[in-house]
Amino acid sequence: MRTLQSSEITKAVKDLAMSASCDLEPDILDHLVAARDREKSPLAKNALEMLITNANIASREQIPVCQDTGIGVVFISVGQEVIIEGDLENAVQEGIRAGYDEGYLRKSVCDPVTRKNTGTNVPAVVHYELEPGDRVHIAFLPKGCGSENMSGLVMLPPSAGIAGVVDYVVQKVKDAGSNPCPPVVVGVGLGGTFEKAALLAKKSLLRPLGEPNPDKNVAEIEQEILQRINREGQGVMGWGGVNTALAVHMETYPTHIASLPVAVNIQCHAHRHKEVEL
Amino acid sequence: MDIEKHLPKREKSGFENLKPVRVPFEEGVLETLQAGDLISLSGSLFTGRDQTHRRLVTLLDEGRELPVDLKGQLLYYVGPSPAKPGQVIGAAGPTTSYRMDAYTPRLLELGLKATLGKGARSMVVRAAMKKHGAIYLATIGGAGALLSKSIVKSELVAFEDAGPEALFRFEVEGFPAVVINDIAGNDFYEIVKARKQ
Ligand code: SF4
Repeated sequence: MRTLQSSEITKAVKDLAMSASCDLEPDILDHLVAARDREKSPLAKNALEMLITNANIASREQIPVCQDTGIGVVFISVGQEVIIEGDLENAVQEGIRAGYDEGYLRKSVCDPVTRKNTGTNVPAVVHYELEPGDRVHIAFLPKGCGSENMSGLVMLPPSAGIAGVVDYVVQKVKDAGSNPCPPVVVGVGLGGTFEKAALLAKKSLLRPLGEPNPDKNVAEIEQEILQRINREGQGVMGWGGVNTALAVHMETYPTHIASLPVAVNIQCHAHRHKEVEL
Repeated sequence: MDIEKHLPKREKSGFENLKPVRVPFEEGVLETLQAGDLISLSGSLFTGRDQTHRRLVTLLDEGRELPVDLKGQLLYYVGPSPAKPGQVIGAAGPTTSYRMDAYTPRLLELGLKATLGKGARSMVVRAAMKKHGAIYLATIGGAGALLSKSIVKSELVAFEDAGPEALFRFEVEGFPAVVINDIAGNDFYEIVKARKQ
């Protein structure tokens, strides 16, 4: 067994929170550059250049890429041979609180009834998993809600088939229009149950951008959805062009014989995600 | 991360070929702006998002005076991130506008002349804009660091306890925007969609 102090978790979460908001990962940047290079619409090309410049200024001056530094979503996978000393949930929330405070990040979390801001960006939404081994993996995804609000879930009848799944996802992105700051990343969860599909959609966003699902059949569906979305012509910011979406990630899970749950989690081009292993 | 090699030749804080526009708007300028025009705003504007709107409209419902006179003004939908010491403002890009739709007609009645955010407006808001001769602008979402460079001054006006949802007055120089709804009632997002079909 390996022992890990909860203070180490706090420090790791704080560092993730602070760097995620200002330093876009290279996979996102590469996609923005590729999008700019294939873009024909002068306005959209210009906007993509501005997004690349924005990422540069943000990283150089440590200003958040986007003022909406999100509600924190944390995925923690704890090795079964690890003993964590102290309160894990508290340790994570304390890391978020400290990171948002010291990083001059926006506090955007409020009570759903009173709408009163908690003032600390705490609590984050934390998902726990167990894994074999003696490591702890932490993934942090600050989620802006211009894009989160455009997400959706449907329990399709199995007769709708993959064609129905593709139609639903494409329509969701179309209906979202310019609200989620396209170019977007589309996370899709297919199968499982109501809540499993939503979680799969969110988790698919953690995959390196554009990396296909290892299952060839699923990867083909990802490509089909991506191409259909980009043929719609809404483009960057809804101002036209061929870059409405940068990537579609789909994760699947076996489902009930009577069920076909589909969840779509929309993410914006300011796709901030960071991971660490302890 | 090696961003430098990807950088455009020059650091743009706006679009190419912008039409400079002063805010608050000078007499006769709104009439010249058309859906799809790229403009660069300089002057002063007010900010507000969800809670700001809720509070403004609550004050109106209670028959009380607003902390600002919105007549002729531009209202920017933004909740900035906090400024670090020495900075004018943190990241300050647009928030999604439809969430303000429920409140906007009330403010247009007071003489508000333009709003600035991202995303499409409801038919009700579009009709109210047409009636009151107001326009709607969008700027680039998710470029808060870049856009902060066009904000040269920020002062708190009201609702300090609302945190990022307080009402600020910004002075801007060369702030880039696209005209989405002009006073004739055209909608740039619809124009883009029609182009595709
Ligand atoms: S949708 Fe994303 S990029 Fe757009 S304002 Fe929200 S967090 Fe920022």
